Amino acid sequence: MAKYLLLKHYRGAPASVNDVPMDQWTPEEVSAHVQYMRDFAARLEDTGEFVDTQALSPEGTFVRYDGEGRPPVTDGPFAETKDVIAGWMVIDVETYERALELAGELSAAPGAGGKPIHEWLEVRPFLGAHSTCVTE
Amino acid sequence: MDESLLRALTPTVIGVLGRRGADFAAAEDAVQDALVEAVRVWPDDPPRDPTGWLVTVAWRKFLDAARADTSRKHREVRLEVEPTPGPAEVVDDTLQLYFLCAHPSLTPASAAALTLRAVGGLTTRQIAQAYLVPEATMAQRISRAKRTVSGIRFDQRGDVATVLRVLYLVFNEGYSGDVDLAAEAIRLTRQLAARTSHEEVAGLLALMLLHHARRPARTGADGRLVPLAEQDRSLWNTHLIAEGVDILQAALARDRLGEYQAQAAIAALHADARTAAETDWVQIVEWYDELVRLTGNPVARLNRVVAVGEADGPRAGLAALAGLDPALPRHAAVAAYLHERDGDPVTAARLYAEAARSAPSVPERDHLTRQAARLNAKLRR
Repeated sequence: MAKYLLLKHYRGAPASVNDVPMDQWTPEEVSAHVQYMRDFAARLEDTGEFVDTQALSPEGTFVRYDGEGRPPVTDGPFAETKDVIAGWMVIDVETYERALELAGELSAAPGAGGKPIHEWLEVRPFLGAHSTCVTE
Repeated sequence: MDESLLRALTPTVIGVLGRRGADFAAAEDAVQDALVEAVRVWPDDPPRDPTGWLVTVAWRKFLDAARADTSRKHREVRLEVEPTPGPAEVVDDTLQLYFLCAHPSLTPASAAALTLRAVGGLTTRQIAQAYLVPEATMAQRISRAKRTVSGIRFDQRGDVATVLRVLYLVFNEGYSGDVDLAAEAIRLTRQLAARTSHEEVAGLLALMLLHHARRPARTGADGRLVPLAEQDRSLWNTHLIAEGVDILQAALARDRLGEYQAQAAIAALHADARTAAETDWVQIVEWYDELVRLTGNPVARLNRVVAVGEADGPRAGLAALAGLDPALPRHAAVAAYLHERDGDPVTAARLYAEAARSAPSVPERDHLTRQAARLNAKLRR
């Protein structure tokens, strides 16, 4: 088993196919989306592949050491392409292929018009002795 | 194996060891060891005097630890004198333990963890699960807290306001794992109320009971938030409401108003309404005025705006809102609600979407997104 991080982006990833802001959906579409995510996590708990999931607030801050005293704090050094991470899910699966399969399924969460969002998710393997990710 | 009995006895046993000269950290460690042994031994061989059994075993554990620790040699001499056998003393140290665990040198989060452990008798694992952190992390947090209060005597009178804040904090943490922190906070506050007649302790207990009574109606089957006005009031726990109201009335009769009594009075007025439309908003505004006078708390001011909007109409609410800092949490959500009621769905939808972006929790974010979506869908039609 190896752990993978599925990263969901607010910005920074290419636009999703069904790219309509959530507040422009119908309330039923919002509920269907939330339910899909919940069911997905519950199913992975049943298969023993779920590790953790968290949502993040959109406000991110960049900090770095800049000598003695208070570190500089900025809104981000990459103003044009600032990436904002919306949240993550950690899964623990047998193979890299299974991680891709699940990410694909998560990306199919329903959005506006009840159609899949087709959003881009980033799949990152955890470093570890038993990593089965394709590294060649 | 009666785990709740063990949990109830914990503070007493720590107190006895403390009075015999053990410092808090050592007493607490020894009692945790004794609890583990009780869990192992009692099912086959239940003691006639559980408190006496725990005191004897904890004291032995404490002496073993003290003897093993050479740096404590000097103290060992003093402690070597075995106490006279017989039933444990009946002095109740639990109140002092509350104050020690809420010591001002601790951060509120550490104080809450220490209270759950020493007064509540929860295991480190249970507390870690409730706060969703690894057990090792919580163990470190607790032992650091114990170091901070080591050397502080049990018998110093603490600040009751700090104790109440810690209990309130525990209540607000909600629940997960096998410990419901809201229920645990109520249990602890009941114990505290039994030991002190302080009117704000009663006020906090009433407040917790009244809020807890509405919990079954607060979330839908799918985990979504159900706002107060839409809650199914038949799901409210009428026993808890009745108890909370009785406790509150007795406290208010003493005519020493404090912020928890004022908050409980507001909760009681909500609990008293059979339908949302029957809510006595005029009286609720009066209680918010008291609360703002007592605390000056900006969040209380924002909540007051909502009540003003219900009592005197959305225009009055928006006028009251104009005087508040827009950076306040939930400011945009309140503004959205008032604009919608004032017949401006365009502004309301924009503000709901803005509020969703800064929502502090996932259920709240989803709720606010749904509100924005509802208005936008209507506007498109």
